[in-house]
Amino acid sequence: MVTEQYWFIFLNAALINNFVLSSFLGICPFLGVSGKVETATRMGAAVAFVMFIASLAAYGIHNLLILIDAQFLQLISYIVVIASTVQLVEMIIKKFSPALFKALGIFLPLITTNCAILGLALFQTNRSYDFFQSISFALGAGLGFTIALVIMAGIREELQLSQVPNVVKGAALTLMVAGILSMAFMGFAGLGGN
Amino acid sequence: MPETKNTTPENMEIFLKGVWKDNPVFVMLLGMCPVLAVTNSVINAIVMGVATTAVLILSNFLVSSLRNFIPKQVRIATYILIIATFVTVADYAIKAVSLEVHKSLGAFISLIVVNCIILGRAESFASKNSVGKSVLDALGMGAGFTIAVLALGIVREVLGNGTFLGYSLFGEHFQPLVIMILPGGAFFVLGAYLLFFNWLKERKEKQASIETSAI
Repeated sequence: MVTEQYWFIFLNAALINNFVLSSFLGICPFLGVSGKVETATRMGAAVAFVMFIASLAAYGIHNLLILIDAQFLQLISYIVVIASTVQLVEMIIKKFSPALFKALGIFLPLITTNCAILGLALFQTNRSYDFFQSISFALGAGLGFTIALVIMAGIREELQLSQVPNVVKGAALTLMVAGILSMAFMGFAGLGGN
Repeated sequence: MPETKNTTPENMEIFLKGVWKDNPVFVMLLGMCPVLAVTNSVINAIVMGVATTAVLILSNFLVSSLRNFIPKQVRIATYILIIATFVTVADYAIKAVSLEVHKSLGAFISLIVVNCIILGRAESFASKNSVGKSVLDALGMGAGFTIAVLALGIVREVLGNGTFLGYSLFGEHFQPLVIMILPGGAFFVLGAYLLFFNWLKERKEKQASIETSAI
């Protein structure tokens, strides 16, 4: 019973209420770095990792803030933790894979201002998830973000080979594709059997 | 473009730039998350636009007045802290005024913190310009953002629900286009707006090239 619940939270965050396509979190990198499948995969992995750490940290901070009765500091402390986590990830990637560091470019520090991560922290607090629920939520959200990003990158790679009228080129086309993808993801609504 | 219309004062230009030429949403594609997420009804769009504008003005004001005291290395962190403070204020203010709207906007009010428009303006404008100009810039950008969310909100509520601010528009026989309220609709409407602006731009360029070739 309990494992089923964790599985459901995971599935819900990954597919049914996909972070990007149905909650509109993390649209900037979704439109920005979805040009190539390889970059998209790695970006997804980086975001998923930051999400995981941020979720753990947010859980701890939330309980601490309740303890000292200072919930109004919630937003500020979350964003500081996320910013430092991103800094950490940046240093790790720079050290182990300079090529990837270059490919991600400005979008790496911008993970800080990725609403998906702050959104995850806020959602898990709002829904008062316990420790393990938070973890499955974070893992699901990370997976969902990566899936959306990789699918989008795949479609955009194909689109480069097709002839598109000039007017539609660029962000307009990407948004239209995202709309269709979002409709497709609505098909997961029955999943989980609630 | 410094040479456009010498008659308009410089300040007016800063304001108008945000509203039209450098519109944060339609031209610069910033702050997409709130634009897509909260525009399923007109009232949500208005509250979001006003809240974002207020935070933008306050943070631009503070960043600009502190611009000579903030060390370069920690400027981004400082900006984020300033913005987060004002967003917390806005969050509590909305909660105090209308609990219902606060509920329907949910976490997206707090998410104003990570709206790239605000950090972007703090970094690229307020940190380099005087207080007065920064506030004007914030007003222009805020107005541009509000217009954009309203433009989306109106289309989505009217088509998707047949209502405007909750008032029924078309009578009972209207079949609402439910997709407009759903997430997919947000992408489609914004895509359509971008298409329209692309088309305008292309037409203008074509006309300009015809004119130059005529000379």
